[in-house]
Amino acid sequence: MNMMSNNETGFADLLKNGQTLKQFRDGIIERTKASGHYNGLEKLELRDADPIGYEKLFSKLRGGLVHARETAKKIAASPIVEQEGELCFTLYNAVGDCVLTSTGIIIHVGTMGAAIKYMIENNWEANPGINPGDMFTNNDCSIGNVHPCDIATIVPIFWEGRLIGWVGGVTHVIDTGAVTPGSMSTGQVQRFGDGYMITCRKTGVNDTPLRDWLHESQRSVRTPKYWILDEKTRIAGCHMIRELVEEVIRADGIEAYEKFAYEVIEEGRRGLMSRIKAMTLPGKYRKVSFVDVPYKHEDVQVSSAFAKLDSIMHSPCEMTIKPDGKWRLDFEGASRWGWHTFNAHQVAFTSGIWVMMCQTLVPTQRINDGAYFATEFHLPKGTWCNPDDRRTGHAYAWHFLVSGWAALWRGLSQSYFSRGYLEEVNAGNANTSNWLQGGGINQDGEIHAVNSFEASSCGTGACAVKDGLNHAAAIWNPEGDMGDIEIWEMAEPLLYMGRNVKANSGGYGKYRGGCGFETLRMVWNAQDWTMFFMGNGFMNSDWGMMGGYPAATGYRFEAHKTGLERRIANGESLPLGGDIDPTSPTYEHNIDATARIKRDKQCMTTEDCYDNHDLYLNYLRGGPGFGDPIDREPKAIEKDLNEKFLLPEYAQKVYGAVFTQNAKGAYVIDVAKTQARRAEMRKERLARAVPVREWMKEERERIINKHASQAVQHMFATSFALSEKFTKHFKDFWSLPADWQLLETELGVPSYGSKHRMDLSLMPDVTTVVQVEE
Amino acid sequence: MSTYTNEQVAHLAEGTLDWETTFRMLSMPKDNSRFKQYVEALQKKVTFKDKIVLPLAPHMYIVQTAKKQWVIKCDCGHEFCDYTDNWKMHAHIYVRDTEEAMTEVYPKLMAPDTNWQVYREYYCPTCGTLHDVEAPTPWYPVIHDFEPDIEAFYKEWVGLPVPERAS
Repeated sequence: MNMMSNNETGFADLLKNGQTLKQFRDGIIERTKASGHYNGLEKLELRDADPIGYEKLFSKLRGGLVHARETAKKIAASPIVEQEGELCFTLYNAVGDCVLTSTGIIIHVGTMGAAIKYMIENNWEANPGINPGDMFTNNDCSIGNVHPCDIATIVPIFWEGRLIGWVGGVTHVIDTGAVTPGSMSTGQVQRFGDGYMITCRKTGVNDTPLRDWLHESQRSVRTPKYWILDEKTRIAGCHMIRELVEEVIRADGIEAYEKFAYEVIEEGRRGLMSRIKAMTLPGKYRKVSFVDVPYKHEDVQVSSAFAKLDSIMHSPCEMTIKPDGKWRLDFEGASRWGWHTFNAHQVAFTSGIWVMMCQTLVPTQRINDGAYFATEFHLPKGTWCNPDDRRTGHAYAWHFLVSGWAALWRGLSQSYFSRGYLEEVNAGNANTSNWLQGGGINQDGEIHAVNSFEASSCGTGACAVKDGLNHAAAIWNPEGDMGDIEIWEMAEPLLYMGRNVKANSGGYGKYRGGCGFETLRMVWNAQDWTMFFMGNGFMNSDWGMMGGYPAATGYRFEAHKTGLERRIANGESLPLGGDIDPTSPTYEHNIDATARIKRDKQCMTTEDCYDNHDLYLNYLRGGPGFGDPIDREPKAIEKDLNEKFLLPEYAQKVYGAVFTQNAKGAYVIDVAKTQARRAEMRKERLARAVPVREWMKEERERIINKHASQAVQHMFATSFALSEKFTKHFKDFWSLPADWQLLETELGVPSYGSKHRMDLSLMPDVTTVVQVEE
Repeated sequence: MSTYTNEQVAHLAEGTLDWETTFRMLSMPKDNSRFKQYVEALQKKVTFKDKIVLPLAPHMYIVQTAKKQWVIKCDCGHEFCDYTDNWKMHAHIYVRDTEEAMTEVYPKLMAPDTNWQVYREYYCPTCGTLHDVEAPTPWYPVIHDFEPDIEAFYKEWVGLPVPERAS
């Protein structure tokens, strides 16, 4: 009497065709595999029979998705959503394959699809049931979400009692209730600390959020006001799009809509292949990137001793473009996942890549799962981009993803360059950091957390015909915006003492990378306040291209007991503007001599205490350069000098510029002397260089003797342990003895996770969704 | 599809194309004739007579020699190696692996720590052109960046006759 009947728990027949969602999905996968065309669609009947009608359907749906995003974001109060546009809405067919998506953080083309597929594979239709008016919430990183702060609301779409699709909306929330505040915090080293984690939970019925969900979720995070308004944003957008689909069906018919919802994916698959053939060049491209994970430092205070080591993320990529226009992205040799928050699920990788590709290879509105079906991914199980342990932390998966994809950008740009599409070349993307995060009691006396999204405006990579854009973009959001100072000062108890272009931050080259920028923030009217840094410091994650240099690395500056309260009251000098030349810093001359200062390369820290009038420098990185710097036009160097984008010392040393300053202080380049100096520099280069094979003998000795830092050796040891192929390549290249090996156990650092791991798929009653070659 | 004059493509290769045309190139579907025009423009710029098969970098090409061999060549005339080989193995190298060498090119704190990462600068042994800067960890193998499938590209993608190649 108190049990649900078979009617509630049995076969739901949501599709009204006698199939479960899983059976229906299996059929699509089978037909795709057998034919090479999505769902076996060798012909696009709707598009071919009525091309205009097909385009009208496309425009109505795409326009509606963008409209929903633009309208719904005004509900949010969080600057991350409302100012930076960190949200996205996506329409799926019944099996969770993406039909179309809005603008914004379109990494979620596949992440919400992965959640829908998880519900399908794990029989959500029987329990908890999928009904009209339901809402599901997901942010679980072990089934495909990028990081826990991306909260997705997923709403099924029914037509006349039959499930015909889904709509998902995602926002990046300010805080997830992780061990430390901020949406992408560093204090935790596992999932158990990564914040409130929700696995495709039914959180609403009859279009109404459930009260237990509302009560539980808001008290699980530090910023409930922002949280609930973000939720309303997602729900409003999803419901707008559901209504739009109903309108479209009323106007065009269910048959046309459903045909469209599958044909458009096959069209997307063909579209990517066609773009690859139109823009690139067949062949093999090999690139690599790295990220420093300096956790040994005392300012990284984590709760687990086994996480206290320096390590490096290794992301080698072999991109093969095939003559038929398909491509394969192979990350064989990547390093193992780690005890930090930068691990990425395979779907974060396969889905997220399109947020980058829509800025280069497929700059169209037609972003859907078709591109995924035209791509072969090889992400070895156990690596940072496909962890094989259910304990992994993911709060800032982007830290590694952004860096791994910088290599892809270089590979594609090689093809653009060789083919003559110089206007498309991009030397890569900035390491989108620093992330200023923290929390405490804010200027309104409330518990608060902050994550400054100024990182959405880093420098872009240089092109083959022009410089990169200054403080303009982030790879993860094609519509990034640094946000207004006034809005940030309302959202954070941190006053701006300066916001300047960061000199020398763009990588040098014939065309330089775009410069980043820096903001100096003073804590004001906060209580019990903490902040931390997150970015690259010991390494670059980008490289330059074809003679261009990587961008500058990051560093940190923070100051405590500054005396600024007294200095402001007395009208004394203050630290204002940029940290123009860190070789000769000036901030220190405008605060008390007894101030406690941290100025170093440790750009990864955990929560530290900040009093009012303490200082924090938020330095947003530049982009990499293109071409030999001594090919740079003298006028361009002159302009950079006069705009303070380049320090004079490096105009001389790197660019070979010879210049004077006129009476007004403006720099004037002497072109003839510059040419002469550059001719000398060519000779100096050759004088200090040696043939590569000579240098290799010395380097080989260093390898034989295992002369390298612990971090470097740890990186190689984890890659060797996961990949025989990479090990063989390494040993063959350096002609190492057959018995040479490097094991983690010989490094004297904790190696938890190196031998004993447990994947989510080993849990009872769990079917994971695998979408890559592992 | 947009098309562009040989002069416009030559300006693009030179870095002197007006922004309006550059923007049109960025925003419009690609012109399939670009490769042919681009190679012709570059051929006029170089001082050697070898036929350019594929541009690799601003000063580096795969060329067809008088003996119909395909080799990688600097625009100063220096020949690195066969086109299937890794040209970097035949270059001269300078490795920035000390703080002093790094601070020659970046202000203090703005360059990598050389215990973690080094810069490898690859120069043409004849003219000193900086063809590439690698930024790997110490020990990292020299990367063979690019192995183009030139025959498929010429025959199947741009519909051009494949330049003759001596076996």
